Amino acid sequence: MTTITADVVEQHGLTDEEYDRIVSKLGREPNITELGIISVMWSEHCSYKSSRRHLKRLPTQGKDILVGPGENAGIVDIGGGYAAAFKIESHNHPSFVEPFQGAATGVGGILRDIFTMGARPIAVMDSLRFGPLDDTPSGVRNRHILQGVVGGIAHYGNCFGVPTVGGECVFEPGYSANPLVNAFALGVFPKNRIFFGKASGVGNPVIYVGAKTGRDGIHGASMASAEFDEDSEEKRPNVQVGDPFLEKLLLEACLEAMETGAVQGIQDMGAAGLTCSTCEMGSRGGAGIEIDLRHVPQRETGMTAYEIMLSESQERMLLVAERGREQEVFRVFKKWGLDAAEIGVVTSNGLLRVKDHGQVVAEIPNSLLTDDAPLYDRPQTRPLRSAPLDGPSLGVPDGQALADALRRLVSSADLCSKRWIYEQYDYMVRTNTTLGPGADAAVVRVKEAGVSLAMSLDGNGRYTSLDPQEGAKLAVAECCRNLATVGAAPLGATNCLNFGNPEKPEIMAQLVASIEGMGEACRHFDAPITGGNVSLYNETLGRGIYPTPVVGVVGRLDHSGVPVGIDFRQPGRKLVLLGGLLPGAQGPDAQLQRRFGSSQYAKVVVGEVWGLPPMLDMDYEKRVQEAVREIVRQSVAESVHDVSDGGLAVAVAECSFNQAGVGARLELESPLPAHYVLFHEAPSRVLLSTTDEGLQTIRDVAQRHQVEASVIGSTISDHFEVHLNRAELFRVEIRDLYERWDKALEEMLEPQ
Amino acid sequence: MKFGVVIFPGSNCDHDALYALEHNLEQQSFPIWHESADLGGADAIVLPGGFSYGDYLRAGAIARFSPVMKAVRRFADSGGLVFGICNGFQMLVEARLLPGVLVRNRSLRFICRTVHLRVETTDSPFTNSCEKGQVLAMPIAHGEGCYYADDETLDRLERENRVAFRYTTPAGELSDEANPNGSLRQIAGVLSEGRNVLGMMPHPERAADPAMGSTDGLVLFRSMVASLISTR
Repeated sequence: MTTITADVVEQHGLTDEEYDRIVSKLGREPNITELGIISVMWSEHCSYKSSRRHLKRLPTQGKDILVGPGENAGIVDIGGGYAAAFKIESHNHPSFVEPFQGAATGVGGILRDIFTMGARPIAVMDSLRFGPLDDTPSGVRNRHILQGVVGGIAHYGNCFGVPTVGGECVFEPGYSANPLVNAFALGVFPKNRIFFGKASGVGNPVIYVGAKTGRDGIHGASMASAEFDEDSEEKRPNVQVGDPFLEKLLLEACLEAMETGAVQGIQDMGAAGLTCSTCEMGSRGGAGIEIDLRHVPQRETGMTAYEIMLSESQERMLLVAERGREQEVFRVFKKWGLDAAEIGVVTSNGLLRVKDHGQVVAEIPNSLLTDDAPLYDRPQTRPLRSAPLDGPSLGVPDGQALADALRRLVSSADLCSKRWIYEQYDYMVRTNTTLGPGADAAVVRVKEAGVSLAMSLDGNGRYTSLDPQEGAKLAVAECCRNLATVGAAPLGATNCLNFGNPEKPEIMAQLVASIEGMGEACRHFDAPITGGNVSLYNETLGRGIYPTPVVGVVGRLDHSGVPVGIDFRQPGRKLVLLGGLLPGAQGPDAQLQRRFGSSQYAKVVVGEVWGLPPMLDMDYEKRVQEAVREIVRQSVAESVHDVSDGGLAVAVAECSFNQAGVGARLELESPLPAHYVLFHEAPSRVLLSTTDEGLQTIRDVAQRHQVEASVIGSTISDHFEVHLNRAELFRVEIRDLYERWDKALEEMLEPQ
Repeated sequence: MKFGVVIFPGSNCDHDALYALEHNLEQQSFPIWHESADLGGADAIVLPGGFSYGDYLRAGAIARFSPVMKAVRRFADSGGLVFGICNGFQMLVEARLLPGVLVRNRSLRFICRTVHLRVETTDSPFTNSCEKGQVLAMPIAHGEGCYYADDETLDRLERENRVAFRYTTPAGELSDEANPNGSLRQIAGVLSEGRNVLGMMPHPERAADPAMGSTDGLVLFRSMVASLISTR
């Protein structure tokens, strides 16, 4: 057996202090299997040792919350006797090393988190970040990563039979060699049928189900807890391989087994595999688990205890059944052609005891692996900030320059149509998707409950890099606004915090400030956090990503019909900008100039990023959202679209892109320069189109909520025209804009 | 009428078909497990979409060996209505109940989008309530949906009026751009020699509910009901 030397400890990513802590808690030196088990459970990925202390500041309570953080997924009450389980999780590191399998198993992992609670997954969304798709060697590589990631998500979700209903995809230089793949899944079930990852009932059998264990993914969780260097590609064997067909069988078998009433507790084997599921189930149940590895179904011969315990083979679950009823469980798994084996029993001693052919190979108190894992209060300084506060002088662009800017923006990687991506996803399977990709919020109906669920993901790394606290607040605000545009109010939220190396004080400061901002906004908009994931060490060769907190918010609509969408429907309708042209702007001053530096216009047209994110007045934002919800619920708006990335002009263009040939004529009045009016990204704004009769209702609602509602023009056929202070700035054909917007991504990915 | 929907391991449009038949068509429907030796007295059989057995080899290639397929073949041979949708179509060609094969889309990518189909014949139990040339909007969602057969087979299908649907523009015109997957002669669905077996790549069960944006798929199921009533 391997002797534990200082080198071995280091290879396991443990510090000397951490090793001393192990020896003192254990009262002896660990053996190599124990060291492996402890090292993965103490990895950043599993223990949240750098973030745990700060995550406690997030709001987690709310009237609709049935299950908060700490379980496999959060659960909210959706009415009608039903509940929804949802969560977002990252698979960033594996997706860089092996894009297709990395992303596929990311989807597989989050789906298991949902159905392990008893819910049938009905929707997936993805938040993706890549480096630019230019013609440099790194651009070519970024293309390859994107194609692999999208292919992997499609492969897994389509075969499993869950619709991928929305998401976001953004490109920034910092994500070259550090792509972010955050997968969100949501499932529904009767609210009295929730299952927990808890071992209870001494003597109850511990049953292993699903795929056989192989040597894949050993130390995956540790890989996700370190930076990458030149040799990272050699980590490919650390990435697991997914089998969505097996997962589909596992889903059906688990749900069927749960119906027998013989299942006491169940947990998926995700990061740290058998190790994590056994000690967490024991710990949550205040019990112990004793297993013998000889009973574990194995795909390869000669596997050591170390390898079996640390394998991250996919599509496996651990469950505890009621003693005497295990045959009912075995019968279901046999029907679905899956392995199911009793590998151990629940004990009362609070230990994880692992035997191999009867001989004890590891014995560790659960508490050492879970609650007693290290907890750090890492030093922080000021958040890292690389962009200047003030940007270049922009002059006043003329009409032609503004029209050119609009063309460039709609065909830029961030703002162009993501059709090339989402058409590879089956976004309709299960026939619930009433609002799919391309909308502000995705909406799926829940047939059995007579309601619909709206969901949205958002995160803006550029904003967060300029001001972590404000950036995180803006992400939450935008998500909630997206929900409001379809008439939904938040039930709960989930977050995925993607950051660099927390051992650098300026990165740690970004993380802490972002959590602070996110907590503040979640409290303000009544969107408590029900769980999520933290992904740190997103750095390659010392270069980190933009700090990227991603939030997912889920809300409810009390009908299961078709929600209002973003598309203009008829010419001759009034265009209303709820919230006003530039809320809070005093004039063309330094503040406005600084806050313009975070815009897509700055990034794409000026080619520089500076300043600060847009200013958010959370009270005003909340009033705007309340007004929009009321307007939508009264069905007086024909189209509703949130004004965000790219500003007003891009929002108007997006409403014209349904190929019905309905454009807009804007007649704006403002003392501000045209580029601010058209492209500033101030939040708290929603663009509506409505009839003359609808307009009165909209004005009444807006007035009641003390929100500005200005008529800024009307819909017309075929063109997009902009007039400012009665002078025409430009007039472009919708068809031309549409073609650029629609084809841009394909041209970047498959250059001729 | 009683529709039986076969569930293979990996079927994932089974619930959708059952729901559409039950709630949108208001007919009886029930699931049939792939290991079943009989069809439970069904008046018509639907082979639903999905990834039977993972489709790791060739779509539908394993499912054709499922025990239930013997019963399906007997049912088809005796004139029973068998409707294969997407993966169900792939199984029917693999089982040689329909001619031709389905190969990977010409883009080599999975495609999910709403397409337009022109009804090429009303002389079938699946299209008798349609009008010839009628254009139906329906989603596709497949990676292997490019219909392929030799010229002789294609000529024969046309001669015998067995091409049920072609991909067209919304106005019903043939164009390369309107052909989402590269299917030869824009074929989206074909009938068996006896006209009682239909396979198609698009999903009529996804176009059966107003909340899904199109109810154009219902006419196919209604045709089946009308045909079953008239032959009763």
